[in-house]
Amino acid sequence: MATDEVKVIGAWASPFVMRPRIALNLKSVPYEFLQETFGAKSELLLKSNPVHKKIPVLLHADKPVCESNIIVEYVDETWSASGPSMLPSTPYDRAIARFWAAYIDEKWFPSLKSILKAEGEEEKKAVLAQVEEGNALLEKAFIDCSKGKPFFNGEHIGYLDIAFGCFLAWLRVTELAGGHKLIDEVKTPSLSKWAERFCNDPAVKPVMPETATLAEFAKKIFAKPTA
Amino acid sequence: VATMANEVILLDFWPSMFGMRTRIALREKGIEFEYRDEDLWNKSPLLLETNPVHKKIPVLIHNGKPVCESTIQVQYIDEVWSDKNRILPSDPYQRAQARFWVDFIDKKMYDAQRKVWGTKGEEQETGKKEFIELLKTLESELGENTYFGGDDFGYVDIGLIGFYSWFHAYEKYGNLNIESECPKLIAWAKTCMQRESVAKSLPDSEKVIEFVTEIRKKFMLE
Repeated sequence: MATDEVKVIGAWASPFVMRPRIALNLKSVPYEFLQETFGAKSELLLKSNPVHKKIPVLLHADKPVCESNIIVEYVDETWSASGPSMLPSTPYDRAIARFWAAYIDEKWFPSLKSILKAEGEEEKKAVLAQVEEGNALLEKAFIDCSKGKPFFNGEHIGYLDIAFGCFLAWLRVTELAGGHKLIDEVKTPSLSKWAERFCNDPAVKPVMPETATLAEFAKKIFAKPTA
Repeated sequence: VATMANEVILLDFWPSMFGMRTRIALREKGIEFEYRDEDLWNKSPLLLETNPVHKKIPVLIHNGKPVCESTIQVQYIDEVWSDKNRILPSDPYQRAQARFWVDFIDKKMYDAQRKVWGTKGEEQETGKKEFIELLKTLESELGENTYFGGDDFGYVDIGLIGFYSWFHAYEKYGNLNIESECPKLIAWAKTCMQRESVAKSLPDSEKVIEFVTEIRKKFMLE
């Protein structure tokens, strides 16, 4: 039942965890946020996601849903009466939204992560070029999907906005660390405006970490020696 | 939508377990489509034009508009031709579970099976262990059900069955006996093969073995 208790197992710094939290906020669904300690996994997490042992996990009446984008669709479908649809209305537009969300997870985010891990100028330049290529594709995707409206999903924040927007804090941290802009008014004018709208949305603001706080955290975790 | 003139083209590659998903979905819905086999070493202009981001098959072109990524295509087909043979469950929780397992297959199966037939020595042994473990995880998820969807053939069945056409190749080059490890999964596969949509969409195991033999020669594994 849509009225049953909702919990999210996650961590404040994880962009993937942000996705279900934004979705629940958009549908005005109250939930308990169970934070994992960095470096250790709780019994509940291991029990709820035995296959991957990863966050986020949504627990709805204690039944687990795993994988952030899958959780977002589940929230959209379960609380469909509580807010506008997070996916476009036509099957074709839905396929496009899902395509870009998959691209972001499979290609775009891994290359963003590589910037922070890159060693030496050569490697850094190469991964930067990859990210910028991706941003150019996403700039065009935004124009195609939004059709003049404020978000990828149109009038309201939706699945693809969430899938991409959750990385904005990490993107800002990467920009600071590298000393170069990745999303800005010159290279990606539409995305630049969209990013501001997204981050200022009341459903997003409470769960998006401050860039400075995240930068401190990033220093800590990237300082750890690799296994 | 399903009543207008529909032009459906599938750009595909016959041994692709991903292409097989889309073929099965189209056949489950009784949709007429034009199958075009691509030469992946000489990709057609249409493929490059319709999937510029990944340049990969399968690409489903419906009335001129391309849909890429096999799992996205299957969901698209289910949503457009929603009047018969539903592929995804109607309950949101069941749908989330089905998507989870297909995502699991996508994240893990391809790389693991690649190691089974495409590597040697220790890398192959590790790959084999991983692969069998994955199959056992899936077998345990199947439980006592006829299909992953329960009583009905559905999304997860479609997501996995294509790999079955490669099983003899894995057994030959990986020196495995999959049936002895996962008898229930083999039983499930044989049940699926009795469906026309599946039988028509999967290539002959012998042809796949020939294909893998050629690829192994190319990568100097012989």
